[in-house]
This record gives sequence, structure tokens and C-alpha cells, in this order.
Amino acid sequence: MEKLNPEIKNQIENELLSTVGRRYRQETFWVIFLGLICVGGTVAWIIQLRKGLGVTAMRDYVSWGLYISLLFFFVGVSLIGALVSCVLRMSGAKWRYPLIRIAEAVTLSAIFFAGFMPVLDMGRPERLYYLITHGRIQSPILWDVVAIATYFIGSVIYFYLPLIPDLAIMRDKLTDAPKWRRKLWRWLAMGWEDNLLQRRLLKKAMLILCIVILPVAISVHTISAWLIAFTLRPGWNSTIMGPYFVFGALMAGTAIMILIIAKLRHGYRLEHYLTPKHFNNLAKILLALTAFYLYLNINKYGVPAYKMAKEEKAVLNDLFYGNNSFFFWFTQIAGLVIPIIILSFKRFRQSIKWVVTASVMVLLGALINRYLIVVPNMLHPFVPIQHAQHGYASYNPTLIEWAITASSLAGFVLLIILLFKPFPVITMWEVTEEVEKRGEKEIGVENIITLQNIPTHAS
Amino acid sequence: MACGNNCTCNRNESGNQDNSRRDFLLKGLMGGIGAAFLSGCSGSTSPKSESGDKVNVLTHDGKLVAVDKSQVANFKPHISEEDVRKGIPGKKFVMVIDLAKCDGCGKCTKACNKMHYLPSNKEWIEVLEMQDSPEVSPYYFVKPCMHCDNPPCTKVCPVDATFKREDGIVAIDTDRCIGCRFCMAACPYSVRLFNWTEPVKPNIVETTPAAENVFQSKKGCVEKCDFCPHMAREGKLPACVTGCPMNAIWFGDANEDAVTCYDGTTTKLSQLLEDGGAYRFMEELGTEPRVYYLPPVNRTYDAKEIKIEKEGK
Ligand code: SF4
Ligand code: SF4
Repeated sequence: MEKLNPEIKNQIENELLSTVGRRYRQETFWVIFLGLICVGGTVAWIIQLRKGLGVTAMRDYVSWGLYISLLFFFVGVSLIGALVSCVLRMSGAKWRYPLIRIAEAVTLSAIFFAGFMPVLDMGRPERLYYLITHGRIQSPILWDVVAIATYFIGSVIYFYLPLIPDLAIMRDKLTDAPKWRRKLWRWLAMGWEDNLLQRRLLKKAMLILCIVILPVAISVHTISAWLIAFTLRPGWNSTIMGPYFVFGALMAGTAIMILIIAKLRHGYRLEHYLTPKHFNNLAKILLALTAFYLYLNINKYGVPAYKMAKEEKAVLNDLFYGNNSFFFWFTQIAGLVIPIIILSFKRFRQSIKWVVTASVMVLLGALINRYLIVVPNMLHPFVPIQHAQHGYASYNPTLIEWAITASSLAGFVLLIILLFKPFPVITMWEVTEEVEKRGEKEIGVENIITLQNIPTHAS
Repeated sequence: MACGNNCTCNRNESGNQDNSRRDFLLKGLMGGIGAAFLSGCSGSTSPKSESGDKVNVLTHDGKLVAVDKSQVANFKPHISEEDVRKGIPGKKFVMVIDLAKCDGCGKCTKACNKMHYLPSNKEWIEVLEMQDSPEVSPYYFVKPCMHCDNPPCTKVCPVDATFKREDGIVAIDTDRCIGCRFCMAACPYSVRLFNWTEPVKPNIVETTPAAENVFQSKKGCVEKCDFCPHMAREGKLPACVTGCPMNAIWFGDANEDAVTCYDGTTTKLSQLLEDGGAYRFMEELGTEPRVYYLPPVNRTYDAKEIKIEKEGK
């Protein structure tokens, strides 16, 4: 393939670099808004730390609630990085290039909060270090700690490696940036000169990491699933939990990915880089995942429902017709069936609006589904609940719990935004290289070669 | 009160000792480790003024000698962290609950709460009304911790805060527990309780390691029935057993094959299990409980009066 005109390459880089450190009004609004929620959540957390977990609605029967549901959600969402960087890579999908950094940012933020949720849920967070000093490796919690830590470190490296050449570009181009920033870029770029050897080494490192990180990613979420699958409780005592969690997670992650690129596309004026092709392809993946997840759901609920064994019966009745039936049918119909129908039509898949709509539904369903996996099962233990004190035999999260939950979600989004701020959102070097090699169409970018006079807005 | 030691000096007022506090373990201790403690009783030679009261002491070579009361030191064996984690040597504690006798009065729960300084909203030993299917007769079901031999709860604990001891007891070290509540999720018998808020502390000083404390409640930690190891160390029965006037709860040592109930009757464990057609609760889960149940046949109370609480109400 022919080389890109250096002039055009320069323009592409300028355009992509223009988001670095730039202030957008809407974005600033969101940062402040999410920041305020986080402040509220922190206050709630301090109250919880001082008064104990009694300020939550969790009690002896429902001893895990929103926090653990959210842990499962975050661990799940973190799988999107592995999906985009590894699975798509192995399947040879070239259109992934503009998405890689976004996916890794989502992963980083999600895994960070996944590590944080158990701490929020602990009765004695000040004893956290006991996990190291007195850790028992036979406990799945230890496995989870190890897996989350490994995946976090792996994700940081995976975020950093493709960033090196971009940092070098920033170092060379943004010469009017403040001195400390240029120093930092120089230091982080580690002497990148963009020669062939460096490129070869970098690509090799990324390939190795991609192979290593996939099993780690899957294990992280499988182990989270085992936290509940390793108990004997009806509804949890099931071998399907691992795959059920992993695929539910990939589905939720894809939905989040779609929502984020939809926001970035206009917000950061990246219409040429995040194109309908990406939405269309992600929509296809989402369709496959929702369909498969529906299949897993039929197995998870349908098989015990046919047998109606004594213990399972109480949980299933609760989900099918009981207090939680609205949520259950919402996750199944609005969270799976309707999105599947929407995404099945090519016409809808090609419309960004419809893809986004389907993603919102899938995401809502996935969030509620996490709650449904945790709470209703705890309300139906083997031994019947009797003489329960007020508030023990039900679970209605308190304001404190909602505040902490909301601020974790807000913090998750905020961290993603903050990760987008100091770096270009699109991997510049890889995209230009691949456009040179394979042309615009395969990468999914549009009209960037023919672009004229891109308005540059240096920070 | 006994001196708190398993020694054989009988310093306590054995005359007015009530049945409920029988030294049911004494026999075993005399043969086994009694001698080891003797040094603590008679070995004390610190000069004290003679009180004139004599007590009988068994020496290590098997002689019974009368010494002055003032010569007997008030010896409390030091119980180390390690002792607590290992358990009482040579023991295998076991409980048998006779559902035919339990009339649901709940005195076991009251006795337990009193012993462990628990508020009335906490129940380490619970009395439930059970009815296995609509046509069959209801019965009262007493549920302590099963002290499972294959305990799902200790398996999942990340920091070894809850652990299985050699004497069969599943204990909790509240100095270690991080409050993850994984054990609560794992226990199929819904036995474990959590201290959601700061518990009210009684005015007592305890010197044993946390896992054998009488008062176990600590904010942010789990707690549950502990089979009263502090009582067992003194050769006494747990509070629920001595609190059950119906003689429905038996407690003892499987190694000795003997269990004792409220009125002091000691019987052969194997015989009791065989004659009563004993079973273990939810045996199919493979948790291997150390609590046996005798089925509610030929009940001594009117089963028709039992009201079953519907789930979730
Ligand atoms: S009954 Fe529950 S708490 Fe007690 S040992 Fe068994 S699993 Fe553990
Ligand atoms: S709550 Fe405490 S005892 Fe239970 S598993 Fe966690 S650390 Fe262990």
C-alpha cells in the first residue's frame, strides 16, 4: 500500500491530538457532576465506616447486597478490554484499531472499581492487609484478589504499551505544552524513535501480552462467579455460573463500549474515526452475545424450573411471579429479547441511534441482572426464615447504600473521562500504519486521507 | 465455682454443686491430663497463713492427701492462641437434639443469650417451627451451629478467621475476621450472624484468646454458636443444655461415647443414636454435621398448637 502523504499524516495526528487537555463545555459539566456524586458517596462511605455496615439494609439473611452486585458488574465490564484487544485481534478484525485505547480505558477503570467494591463491603476494612499476612490460598477470595491484581497490572501495561509511540508523537509535536508535561512525555516515551526494531519489539510485546491477558481476564470473572457458585445455596449451587458470568460480562462490556464511542464520536468530533462501521460491527457482536446470553439464561432458569426441586422452587417462584418478577422479566425481555430483535435487522444495526438504544437496554438489564443473581437467592435459604426482626427478611437498600453505589458508578465513568484527557483517544500510530497498509475501509475510518484543512485546536 | 482448672482438687463446694454443672468430663480428665494440672494445685508452696480448712488433693502417684486450703493456688492454665486453634485435646464434641422432647419453650436460646451476653434480637440457637409438608405433623426444630466436619464456612474464609478445631468445634477468631461475610453466604444452615453495628459490651474482662471468649460480638465481625468451649474446658455443659428443662439437648464427647443432658443423665451416645433413629439435618449436602437429631415421634406436647410462620412474613 502506498505511504500516506506526510502532510496528511501530520494533519491526522494534529486532529487526534487536539482532544488532549482540551476543555469541552459538556465534558466539564459531566466531570463536575460526576465529581459531586463521588463527593456525596465519599461522605456516605465515611458515615458507613464510622457507624458500621448497619447503615446499609444488609442484614443476616441478605448479607451481600448492592456492593457485591456491583463488584460482579465491574469485574464483568472489565472484560471488554480483553474482548477488543485479544479476541478481535485473534479473529483478525482490523476495525478494532481505533477502539483499542477506549476499550483499555474502560477496562482499567472497571477493574479499579472492581477492586474497590469488596473493600466497601467489608465489615473491617482496616484489616484488609490480613489478606496478605494471614491469607488462606484455599479461599476463592484470595484467588479473586490475585486475579484482579494481575488483571489490573496487565491492563495498565496494555494501556501503556500502545501509548509509547503516541507519547513520542506528543513529545515531538506539542512543543508548546507546559514544560513538566513535555518532560513527563519524554520520560514515558522511553526514547521511542519509531525505528523498525522498536516497532517489531513493541508488536511482539503486545502479542505476548494479548495471549497472556485473555486467560487472566476470563479467570477474573470466573472466580467472581465462583464466589457464589462455591456455596451450597439454592440458585447459586450451579455449574453454569462461570460461563454465565463471563458471557453476561462481555455483553455488558460491549454495550458500554457502544455507548462510550457514541458519546465520544460527537463530543470529541471523531466522526471520521468512529464510524457507522464500528457501530455496525459492535452491534453484530452484541447481537451474538445477547442471543447466547439468552440461551444461557434459558439453561440457568429453565432447567431447574422444569424440575422444581424443593429449594430451587422458592427462588424461582420469587423471580417468576414474586416480588422480583418485574425485574426478572425486565432483564429477560427488555434486556435481551427486544435488543435481540432490534439488532437482528440490518437496517437498525446500521443506525447508530438504534444500536445505542439497544445498548442502553442491554446495559440496564445487565445491571439489574447482577442484583437478581445476588439478592433473591439470599432471601430463600434452605432453612426457612422465621421470627425475623423487622427489616431482616427483606432488602431495601438505604440511602447510604444508594449513594455509595451511585458514586461508584459515577467514579467509574469519571475515571474513564479522566483517562481520555491526557492522551489521544485513538491510537494514532497504529491507525495511520494500518490505513497505510490496508486502506481506510478495513480500519473503519472514513475520509481521513482526503480531508483538507482540518481545523487544529492546540491546547 | 470450680477454680477454672481441670484439676482434681475438688476445691469447689462439691456438696451443693447442682446437677446441671456436673463434671461430666471429669472421668476422662482424671485419667488423661489430671496429673499435668496437679502441679498447679499442690505445687504452690508460697507460705500463707493456715486457714484450717482442709481439701483433698490427688497427687501424681495416685495418693489422696489432705492439705490446707491456703496451700492450694488459684491456678488458671494459660490458654494460648495455639491451644484455642487446636481445641481441647482428645475430645470430639457432639450434640444430640431430641425433637420429640422439645416443646419450643425457647429456654435454650435464653440461656445461651445470657451466657454470651447477647441481646434478645440475636439467636445463636434458634427454635423454628417446621412442617415438612402440609399433611404431616409440625414440630419444633432447634438449630445451633452444626459444627460441620466438612464445614463449607471455614473452607471459604480468606484469612482463617473461622476454623475447624481438632475437638470438632468450628470457632471464630474475631481478632482476625475481616467481615467479608463469605462464610455467611457459604453456611447452608443460616447459622452465622454479623455485627452490623457496635454491640453493647458487658462489663467483663476476658483473658482467653478471642476464639474462646464468652462475649464474641465485635463490630464488623461474624459470630455464631461456639459449643461453649470455655465451659468444656472446665468440664461443664454448654448453656443451652443446662437451660433445657425438657432434657431435649444432649452434649458430650464422641470419643468417650457419652452424652449428658440437663438432669445429669449420662448415656451412651451410640446407643442413643441407634435407639432414637437419629439423623443429621440436610445430610445430603455432605457437610457432616456434628449435631444429631432424634425425630419428633411420640411427642410430649401438643403438636397441633404449633403455628407455622409462612416464609417471608
Ligand atoms: S452449621 Fe454453618 S456455621 Fe456451623 S459449621 Fe456448618 S457451615 Fe459452618
Ligand atoms: S466474615 Fe470473617 S470469618 Fe467469615 S469468611 Fe470473612 S473473614 Fe472469615
